[in-house]
Amino acid sequence: MSTATRPTTPAPARTGYEVERIRRNFPILSRRVHGKPLVYLDNAASTQKPSAVLDVVKTFYENSYANVHRGVHALSVEASDAYEKARERARAFINAAEAREIVFVRGTTEGINLVAQTYGRANVHRGDEVVISALEHHSNIVPWQILCEEKGAKLRVAPIDERGQIRLEELEKLLSEKTRIVAVSHISNALGTANPIRRIVEMAHSHGIPVLVDGAQAVPRIPVDVRELDVDFYTFSGHKMYAPTGVGVLYAKAKLLEAMPPYQGGGDMISSVTFEKTTYNILPFKFEAGTPNIAGAVGLAAAIDYLSAIGMDAVEAHEDDLLSYATERISAIPGLTIIGTAEDKAAVLSFTLEGIHPHDIGTVLDREGIAVRTGHHCAQPVMDFFKIPATTRASFGLYNTRGEVDALVKGIGKVLEMFRT
Amino acid sequence: MSTDLRDLYQEVILDHSKRPRNFKPLPGANRSAEGYNPLCGDRETVYLTLEGDRVRDVAFQGSGCAISTASASMMTERVKGMTKKDAEALFERFRALITGAGTPGGGPDLEKLEVFSGVREYPVRIKCATLPWHTLKAALNGEGKTVSTELSEGPPAESGGA
Repeated sequence: MSTATRPTTPAPARTGYEVERIRRNFPILSRRVHGKPLVYLDNAASTQKPSAVLDVVKTFYENSYANVHRGVHALSVEASDAYEKARERARAFINAAEAREIVFVRGTTEGINLVAQTYGRANVHRGDEVVISALEHHSNIVPWQILCEEKGAKLRVAPIDERGQIRLEELEKLLSEKTRIVAVSHISNALGTANPIRRIVEMAHSHGIPVLVDGAQAVPRIPVDVRELDVDFYTFSGHKMYAPTGVGVLYAKAKLLEAMPPYQGGGDMISSVTFEKTTYNILPFKFEAGTPNIAGAVGLAAAIDYLSAIGMDAVEAHEDDLLSYATERISAIPGLTIIGTAEDKAAVLSFTLEGIHPHDIGTVLDREGIAVRTGHHCAQPVMDFFKIPATTRASFGLYNTRGEVDALVKGIGKVLEMFRT
Repeated sequence: MSTDLRDLYQEVILDHSKRPRNFKPLPGANRSAEGYNPLCGDRETVYLTLEGDRVRDVAFQGSGCAISTASASMMTERVKGMTKKDAEALFERFRALITGAGTPGGGPDLEKLEVFSGVREYPVRIKCATLPWHTLKAALNGEGKTVSTELSEGPPAESGGA
């Protein structure tokens, strides 16, 4: 207890990163919850939105909204232009070679399902294998299970070690002439582990196997360069990177996208339709059936601009500082165990408190205005590995402060006060 | 500690969560059922010795939060000796208490179970309190399947997102 309530440590003056100014960009951060200032530490689930994003979406609807790629009228031209500019912003942000390699999807989940249902269905056959890791979110497990079940293929799972890191030597052993794809997360949502994607890609490519990376937790946290990583597929969500919900990106190498069958049929994904034969549209439109989330894409571009203005290196450094500060402070709490202690780790802190259930921790913290996630974080196999039903997870974003870490530690002190005495 | 949290975590509830009563396997039980909350991974098993229509003995085991553990503990104390019909009527009254619905007439009084009235201010925790009761009901009715909270009342305790 004494360690949990010791005086707070002031944030060091870090040059160039003005977190208080950043906080003012996010209107929601000034609200109170249960009479306390909001301390939002559920960023791995979803992030809050800066005015820069909210204003752009509103202005777009007020001034330039119409359907895209359809009309000859001015608004349709403006909307199409804004939508395609958003695609270009997304391309530049992850350093893809061409804008046509950027497919807008609803989010990471749809990106993975798209690959499983198109590339997967065309290339995975009876007796083949799909390799994932034991760290994956359900969204990078279930689409592959569905595919494997349909095709009579086998899902192979690379194990993790007790720190929550993929055992690379075991992953390598799973790669064979039967393997059709390797699908792994860049950063684990449940544990924060940052996986060595470059090495995994090298391993897979040496066997001629393509790699899909779930980048949902990575794109908002670290600089991502898909060409440097040499990944074949990379997918991420807008809502976890300070953009609106319902929009995300699937990046794939053009060569792969060209060979893949379409995902959904409908308008915009075709170049001509007769009852006898339909010719599909060129990339990326072949994969974007129906009216897309136009305003969402425009909002995503605004979020990319916002992140770029701060700089992803600066965001990463800030979150690393929060992680090491939070790790040090909560490690001192008696009976607290951090789940996931990878050497390379992002600002996601999962923990258990001996004898106290995460739901009770979450309820007490909520009354202190502190939003954390409790549960299995859509990663039940990870919980099973650590033989726990659930954890409490504090995940940090670019607007969090050391003062909020202190609030968390104080909140945990209140939890102990209630349940340990 | 804020006063409203004390409405949820009353002393009696904390006491039962830390020292659950009838927390053991029940040798000679002729009925049992497992309750599962897939959203938080909580699992508990309720064991019954049913003699005719009467609960002669009852116990439970498993892992859960303070609310579900205390609810199970106090439930076992209360329903021991009751008829199946009374135990089920009591569940209805208990459910009405914590969901804030009108109390149905008939059946035994809630008595000590009134301490769970604070749960109604925490809708996401309703399932924690009802899980043991759903499990008891399944055991009483000899349903061998696992009872899941996702087939019962209240909003989900958490969404399926990341």
